Amino acid sequence: MSGIPHDHYEPKTGIEKWLHSRLPIVGLAYDTLMIPTPKNLNWWWIWGIVLTFCLVLMIATGVVLVMHYTPHVDYAFASIEHIMRNVNGGYFIRYTHMNGASLFFFAVYIHIFRGLFYGSYKAPREVTWIVGMLIYLCMMGTAFMGYVLPWGQMSFWGATVITGLFGAIPFVGESIQTWLLGGPAVDNATLNRFFSLHYLLPMVIAALVAVHIWAFHTTGNNNPTGVDVRKATKEEAEKDTLPFWPYFVIKDLFALAVILAVFFAVVAFMPNYLGHPDNYIEANALSTPAHIVPEWYFLPFYAILRAFTGDVWVVMFANWISFGIIDAKFFGVLAMFGAIAVMALAPWLDTSSVRSGRYRPMFKWWFLLLVIDFVVLMWLGAMPAEEPYSSFSLVASAYWFAYFLVILPLLGVIEKPLPRPATIEEDFNAHYGKAKSAAPAE
Amino acid sequence: MIRKLALTALLALAMPASSALAAGGEGHIEDYAFSFEGPFGKYDQNQLQRGLKIYTEVCSGCHGLKYVSFRSMAEEGGLGYSEDQVRAYASQIVILDEDANRDFYDAETGEFRTPTPADNFPAVTTAGAPDLSLMAKARAGFHGPYGTGINQFFKGMGGAEYIASLLTGYTGEEKEEYGSVFYENTAFPGGWISMAPPLVGEDVEFDDGHDNSLHDEAMDVAAFLMWAAEPKMMQRKETGFLIVGFLIFLSVLLYLTNKRLWAPHKAKAKALNAKA
Repeated sequence: MSGIPHDHYEPKTGIEKWLHSRLPIVGLAYDTLMIPTPKNLNWWWIWGIVLTFCLVLMIATGVVLVMHYTPHVDYAFASIEHIMRNVNGGYFIRYTHMNGASLFFFAVYIHIFRGLFYGSYKAPREVTWIVGMLIYLCMMGTAFMGYVLPWGQMSFWGATVITGLFGAIPFVGESIQTWLLGGPAVDNATLNRFFSLHYLLPMVIAALVAVHIWAFHTTGNNNPTGVDVRKATKEEAEKDTLPFWPYFVIKDLFALAVILAVFFAVVAFMPNYLGHPDNYIEANALSTPAHIVPEWYFLPFYAILRAFTGDVWVVMFANWISFGIIDAKFFGVLAMFGAIAVMALAPWLDTSSVRSGRYRPMFKWWFLLLVIDFVVLMWLGAMPAEEPYSSFSLVASAYWFAYFLVILPLLGVIEKPLPRPATIEEDFNAHYGKAKSAAPAE
Repeated sequence: MIRKLALTALLALAMPASSALAAGGEGHIEDYAFSFEGPFGKYDQNQLQRGLKIYTEVCSGCHGLKYVSFRSMAEEGGLGYSEDQVRAYASQIVILDEDANRDFYDAETGEFRTPTPADNFPAVTTAGAPDLSLMAKARAGFHGPYGTGINQFFKGMGGAEYIASLLTGYTGEEKEEYGSVFYENTAFPGGWISMAPPLVGEDVEFDDGHDNSLHDEAMDVAAFLMWAAEPKMMQRKETGFLIVGFLIFLSVLLYLTNKRLWAPHKAKAKALNAKA
């Protein structure tokens, strides 16, 4: 599949040849597993495997949970308690599923920032990047709808607030909101469709993940230097790469085992740490919680949503120029989706020809600031909408947009990049020394 | 590299929890020490039994436990009663709130039947008091500092602390508003609660003569409600040690495999190994 020259599967026995000429499935698996992978990949490159594992873990635990869950407003909350108390091992499966969402998002954020630092989004990997962003959007939808299913207070009010965002769209907003909810307010119809979609979207994610992997197996992996693998001959390519199996599979599995040890410590010893206590109160349309707070992984974008209030001059200007169609609420919604959109456009906004941030002396610092900005936004999203948090949110949101819309385009023009290694082999040897003979392990 | 990895893993834990400023953000929650806190913490069986007695004699007049089954009182890692004791306990339960417990209604006799171990504790809605099955998980302690959740990271979510603080938080002040009486309470958000002080000390007598001061009673019933909300906590932690232990072992094996696998390609590592 990859443009990097390497050995392909050769059917040897009669039955192998018979199958290969009809369905080359063994060849596909072989080529996927044996793909030449830049040998200088560092530990930031392990999160893809973690994410794949998360998807499998969530689907596996989710399928079991569905066997015992009842998607009805009168029974949903009680059926979760049934899982927690009466189903064999149910409490562990449910806590794994619940915290699995957090691991999923933790991993995806590191994966995304890895891509942003090492320029993995740049040509020729734009499609991989865009597909990745689509996966991320589907993940957000899935997680949001999954959070509604236990039918606790935060489920109900979170659903009310988030679907209310669509109500902010001028003219058609209210109709869209009613259509999404299946009625004028969050109710049984909402719970049922969210349940249905919560089961459907992971299948979409699985398909998109296949496309994501297909795309970067076509271009080959990026690597910490951003320098391309030499592709002229197989011999040259082999100096820059090692096959995915066993070298990277074992490396990734080691990292996965360490991460899972931490993850299951959270599941077993502090399963409710990342949740909200209000969700152990059954949904009640007559009682609004004091603070409606989304899950931690939505907080940065929630902060951006709330940052643009009616007294901000950009909002006032947008309101004036659009003859009042764009009000503060709609502006906030646009900003929130815009924050993800500008990230998706990074391949075209970044004008620098150098991929890796390692060789970009100015970029490094702006990138570090972006990471800090993200963490600060996450903190602000959990704070009440009042001073001084509102002002902080505005500054932090502004930087998010400035990074993608101003800094990335400008840096490519004004920055003088550092010298890069000529080959991946050179970079690898600089770290690990030149091996005398690259004989395979005994 | 390993250090970097460990750091990212640690970062996962230090992530600010979203349970910001949750219930109790305004009230003062005392940081009481419970035996079940932390990975090694265990329920104190005697304390749970004392808590059940307090619940039965005091709280159950107004509060139900509709998600808790009687048979779970015989499960391991909890109250530790025998099946006969559970059957005896269930059979003496009187259904106070007939409307909320239609499951117990026997159409043939036209009467409410005696609960069995297979039943749940009855719901009680007559006084408008909330069900207590999940109260210890539906409330939290101090989520600080600055919404970082560090306190809860080290000391637990604090549901039981909240309950104990609430029960001991009455100041004795009362006020009447719109025909309802409110009682000042230092733990309750807003400071005024409609529940009259349920415990004053020496409300129940324990067979073994255990201390029945207000503080002790509040601790006992809070511990019992934690069990009611999370009856599988002991099993969960035991499973956790097995899984985490296995994964650490697997990590070591994979680390060694990975090192050996890559060694021929890493001259420096090879040289270091040769020296060692």
